[in-house]
Amino acid sequence: MRLQLSPELEAFREEMRTFFTTQVPQEIRDTVAARRHVGKADYVRAQQTLNAAGLAVPHWPVEWGGRDWTPLQRHIWREEMQLACVPEPLAFNTSMIGPVLAQFGSQEQKERFLPKTANLDIWWCQGFSEPDAGSDLASLRTTAVRDGDDWIVNGQKTWTTLGQHADWIFCLCRTDPTAEKKQRGISLLLFPMDTPGVTLRPIELLDGGHEVNEVFFEDVRVPAENLVGEENTGWTMAKFLLGNERVGIARVGTTKYYLKLAKELARETTVGGRTLLDDPRMAGRIAETENELLALELTALRVVANSADGKPHPASSVLKLRGSELQQAATELLVDIAGPLSLASFADGGSEVPDWARVATPEYLNYRKVSIYGGSNEVQRTIIAGTILGL
Amino acid sequence: MDFQFDSEQNDLREAVRGLLDRAYGDAEARRQVTKTDPGFDEKTWGQLAEMGVLGLPFAEEDGGMGAGPIEVAIVAEQIGRVLAPEPFVEAVVLAGGLVAAVGTAEQRAELLAPLSEGSSVLAFAHAEPTTRWSASAAGVTASADGDSWTLTGVKEPVLNGARADVLVVSAVTDGGTALFVVDGDATGLTRTGYRTHDGGRAANVTFASTPARLLGEGTGDRAADIERAFALARIAYANEAVGAMETALRTTSEYLTQRKQFGVTLNKFQALTFRAADMYVSLELARSTALWASMVADAGGDVVSAADRARLQTSRAGRHIGKEAIQLHGGIGVTAEYKVGHYTSRLTAIDHVLGDGDFALDRLAATVGDHPTLDPLGEPYAPGAGVGAA
Repeated sequence: MRLQLSPELEAFREEMRTFFTTQVPQEIRDTVAARRHVGKADYVRAQQTLNAAGLAVPHWPVEWGGRDWTPLQRHIWREEMQLACVPEPLAFNTSMIGPVLAQFGSQEQKERFLPKTANLDIWWCQGFSEPDAGSDLASLRTTAVRDGDDWIVNGQKTWTTLGQHADWIFCLCRTDPTAEKKQRGISLLLFPMDTPGVTLRPIELLDGGHEVNEVFFEDVRVPAENLVGEENTGWTMAKFLLGNERVGIARVGTTKYYLKLAKELARETTVGGRTLLDDPRMAGRIAETENELLALELTALRVVANSADGKPHPASSVLKLRGSELQQAATELLVDIAGPLSLASFADGGSEVPDWARVATPEYLNYRKVSIYGGSNEVQRTIIAGTILGL
Repeated sequence: MDFQFDSEQNDLREAVRGLLDRAYGDAEARRQVTKTDPGFDEKTWGQLAEMGVLGLPFAEEDGGMGAGPIEVAIVAEQIGRVLAPEPFVEAVVLAGGLVAAVGTAEQRAELLAPLSEGSSVLAFAHAEPTTRWSASAAGVTASADGDSWTLTGVKEPVLNGARADVLVVSAVTDGGTALFVVDGDATGLTRTGYRTHDGGRAANVTFASTPARLLGEGTGDRAADIERAFALARIAYANEAVGAMETALRTTSEYLTQRKQFGVTLNKFQALTFRAADMYVSLELARSTALWASMVADAGGDVVSAADRARLQTSRAGRHIGKEAIQLHGGIGVTAEYKVGHYTSRLTAIDHVLGDGDFALDRLAATVGDHPTLDPLGEPYAPGAGVGAA
């Protein structure tokens, strides 16, 4: 048992902190700090800055730009990035399709896609969920039928995050409708979003933003070489990918930043002659959330420090569940600190409401998503009850 | 940073686990032991002494083993796992810890060697009917007559106060709160013992011009020493609570897979399994915090703050798991014959000995604006952390 980081890891942490706070353009970090959406151009710029320094895909195989870091190093990298309000490398590229291609793709696919995926020269979107296949993903109905050297794709995907920016989609399709188990008839196909027959329709969210989409496929012709792995083994890749999706999903650094912000804003807000931070109830709420975040961070550290053998630590299932709840608790705190000013969500010119108060409620509403995506918290409870408690 | 025990620590855990399993692996054995005074098994206490457990945190020159907070945490967790009623935290970590921290070399040798050998049980007589988790004394006063002291007033509830061979007593002097040593057979000492709800023992301890010896040098205020000893005991209790919560959850999970209603075992009901999953979340978060606080103590960091954090987390988790363990069992959970309810009772007791979760939260809230962010691996918890420090 040892509390302190080793001198090497302390130096590593300092190196990360210095890079993120000095090399990533300040205006992009300011946008994240203000909790405003980062546009595509800035997102690409930020990731390319990281990639040029070897910090976009450290968890990939070394051959494709990975760094062979320990899980603890990767944890520190991610935490420092979040604390510095650096946009994280696009998850669809770096946590999802990249690792899948590195693991299951052909040599041609790796060479064709991985460098561009790391550098965000290709922006990927995820074609997984469908109107009738959410948590029950294996029920998906989008079909791909072989026609000579091509696959013909028909069907619909939904919740396609940032699909409007995407160049390519990685898409789960049913290729064997007769398979005995529905999981066994699924394949993973890659195709450009501008392929004829692909239509994207935006879904407006409660926060007024355009973040997710529906994507429709009508006789979309996909060359056979764009199949990843073997036919009908898509479910294996989906599980591998979703496992990666849950890595780093605790987002401790982000919530830590939000609590820091909550303290600053509560201190600047005066009610009845005292600041909100001096209000015992508010101070208690912040302190309790901070303590719960500490417990989560320590659990994350336990998991990463003791998972060097590659097997997931049993406590890792806690991270998604609790991490999402605490992100939501932090955004809720910010709404409550804003109080009545939180109503001015879409004020523009001519309003005296500060920007942080305007953005508070839309973000709080938007963050209801975090306990739903990445395997809903009910799915996590099912995993804990089944695989850990044996229920 | 490393959250894993080394091989010696693993050996200690296995040895203590083995001993306590033999004594209390059968919950009925604990129930019988706690039925009669002193509420624990003198034989098991002796075996813990033989194993070196009762001298674990004390320096070798004081008759101890020279181990630290990590070893204390390991033992406390095993105590909690089977609800061993032996007063390890109370006598060794808290009362013994105060002697170790404050006592003169002579007093340490005189008091800690017999404690480590199992021949003398210590108790800290500090709680008073009119105070609430304060580090200062108010209701017992000390009077000096030359070099000799007498105490007058009431302490209650004093855990193991009737059985203790030696009492460490806090009392008011002109300089603040001082610490004294009172022998169990001192004149003017009246001890009225009774059972506590968790099977333990406590006492009303009344002093009437009772002769006492000053612990340590001088009569300066010892509140900070008491606060620090409380912190180490709170951390040990956090680990004891983790052990108890783990068993409560395991017992509940096993029950859900065995008990049948409506023709199926209870684990077929998602309303129940999801609640068990939430108990697991509470347990693991509490475990992380308890381990960390032990590491902070080991590293020489801000142990008072770390203890409050562990106290808050284990208080919330203990109440959650304790209550749900009974509810998911149904009526049998409230019976004395079945073991799970005793875990809830013990967790409730731990929650009120040295401050509950709200008590810890109030203290943390008072300083929440002092730091922009918390770094569990940095100052003030890990002294000397940072680049260039090592």
